[in-house]
Amino acid sequence: MNVLACVKRVPDTGAKIVLTDDGQAIDTSNLGFTMSPHEECAVEEAIQVVEDHGGTATVMTLGPDAATEQLRTGLAMTADEATLLETDDGEWGPRATASAIADAIRAAAGDDGDGSPFDLLLFGNESADAANYQVGARVATELGLPCVAGIKTLDIEDGTAIAKREIAGGDEVYEVDLPAVVTVKEGINEPRYASMRAKMQARNTEVDRRDPDPGEHAGTLELVRLEAPADDDSEAELLGEGADAAPRIVEVLRDDVEVLG
Amino acid sequence: MILAFVEHEHGTPAETSLEALTFARRLADDAGGPVEAVAVGDEAGAVADALGEYGVETVHAVTHERFDAYAPEAWGASAAQLVDDLAPAAVVAPGTDRGHEVCAHLGAKRDLPMAANCIAVESAAAGEAWELTRNRWGGSLREHTRIDAETKLLTAAEHEFPVEPAGDGGAAADGGTVVDGGAATVVDFAPDLGDDHFRVRVDRVEESDVEGVPLGEARVVVGGGRGVGGPENYDQLEELADLLGGAVGASRAAVNEGWRPHDDQIGLTGAKISPDIYIACGISGAVQHMVGCKGAEAILAINTDPEAAIMQKGDYAVVGDLHEVVPALNDAIRDAQ
Repeated sequence: MNVLACVKRVPDTGAKIVLTDDGQAIDTSNLGFTMSPHEECAVEEAIQVVEDHGGTATVMTLGPDAATEQLRTGLAMTADEATLLETDDGEWGPRATASAIADAIRAAAGDDGDGSPFDLLLFGNESADAANYQVGARVATELGLPCVAGIKTLDIEDGTAIAKREIAGGDEVYEVDLPAVVTVKEGINEPRYASMRAKMQARNTEVDRRDPDPGEHAGTLELVRLEAPADDDSEAELLGEGADAAPRIVEVLRDDVEVLG
Repeated sequence: MILAFVEHEHGTPAETSLEALTFARRLADDAGGPVEAVAVGDEAGAVADALGEYGVETVHAVTHERFDAYAPEAWGASAAQLVDDLAPAAVVAPGTDRGHEVCAHLGAKRDLPMAANCIAVESAAAGEAWELTRNRWGGSLREHTRIDAETKLLTAAEHEFPVEPAGDGGAAADGGTVVDGGAATVVDFAPDLGDDHFRVRVDRVEESDVEGVPLGEARVVVGGGRGVGGPENYDQLEELADLLGGAVGASRAAVNEGWRPHDDQIGLTGAKISPDIYIACGISGAVQHMVGCKGAEAILAINTDPEAAIMQKGDYAVVGDLHEVVPALNDAIRDAQ
């Protein structure tokens, strides 16, 4: 069972997002980076499936050289291999990203280039930053694979993925023959913390680097500029300090918000 | 023409699909041409009764013998075949799980660009690239985007467009058409689908046995963050929620600590809540959390740190230790009841 988990490097935003002067990107001069949360769960799921069924877990990303940091996080979580589709700075759109990933998967299949070298291809349902909701479906379509999206429970039995998606009041259950693309949501598992020893080992694991091919696509989708919504500059009303504030809170709940009879 | 994908239950259109129709009409106002709708399933034609009021002239009812259960690729392929026939300037879907998924499959099948979670139209002139605004980071950032294609694929972010009948507001005064509100015309569409399109199909639905008020529907939500300090301390928050008939939620930090299950998580990658009041206890107010509670009518923050971001972003603030404030509040509520 060979499993691929695709991840995206995104800024680790805090309480306020600051943009660059040209409005083209988030000012990351004071920020760290992380994996998108859904994708961190994709990596954990890949590792768990391999632990249960054998095989290899590969983590892949499309991004700049610095994105090796996120690949090494995946390796430290005990993924076996890592592939960087190395770009210059600047974000790739969802179609170019999907084409590049599909191309890399075909290349990994070897000379016959037929079929998928991975039995299970995991993506995040949507990235934390751009949230385009489409890379998984596009990769699946390019490779001729089925795609199940938004999954929060996944079991693999006899070459079939049994996948559940939350809906109002329950779960939709899908049963899909592998190989398949599955896009997951946070909550499907609890990503492990890497041990210090695993982190050290991950530093020495070789990352496979490839030049990504964006493919050719009719039409365009371009970022013009980013904008932070105007701050709500109305001050919060201070109801008091400590336990003494309780009576005033009750007044607000009863008279202003009207949730207390 | 703008083609709007409408989700429905037994022929009653979903609220989010009506919101998307508002977005579709704004596009049509700029681009010219009518708004038509596409709906899937045996009862799809029934949406026509309701949609005339929202400016839809024609409903394309897509039926197939295997559409008794949701099948994303088959729905996407049907939409693609309909787009081949109709050549709309845009397909607009609601920003729901299915709206995004069907749009993504359509985009993949016809290699069309797709802009998800749009919130405003800047310009949408016929024959030109359109400029739109869309949400990033769950709405804590806005992206001005330019999209150009024979058929543009767009989803409307949930709860960003009002549900409003066509012809309301300025349209008639501006000399635009006043829609009479009659039923839309139904045109049947039979897609050409094979087994491959049904590789992914809902096999069954399992009902959940969760007790209590679901977070997304609760009128009062009590949230606990890292400041709660441990899983046992949520008892006080549970008590407060019970007293107010509400539900308890948590920040990602608290979930990552293992204090609460992920189902309780409020934020970008968790639940989106819209209560009358959100009482945030020991939560700093990181962007990823705040996008989950921006639907709250009011926010009361209880935090030891008066400089915490949530103390600025909220409507009411109490500076203090939640372990003192919440028990005192529970007592005061009991006294008042």
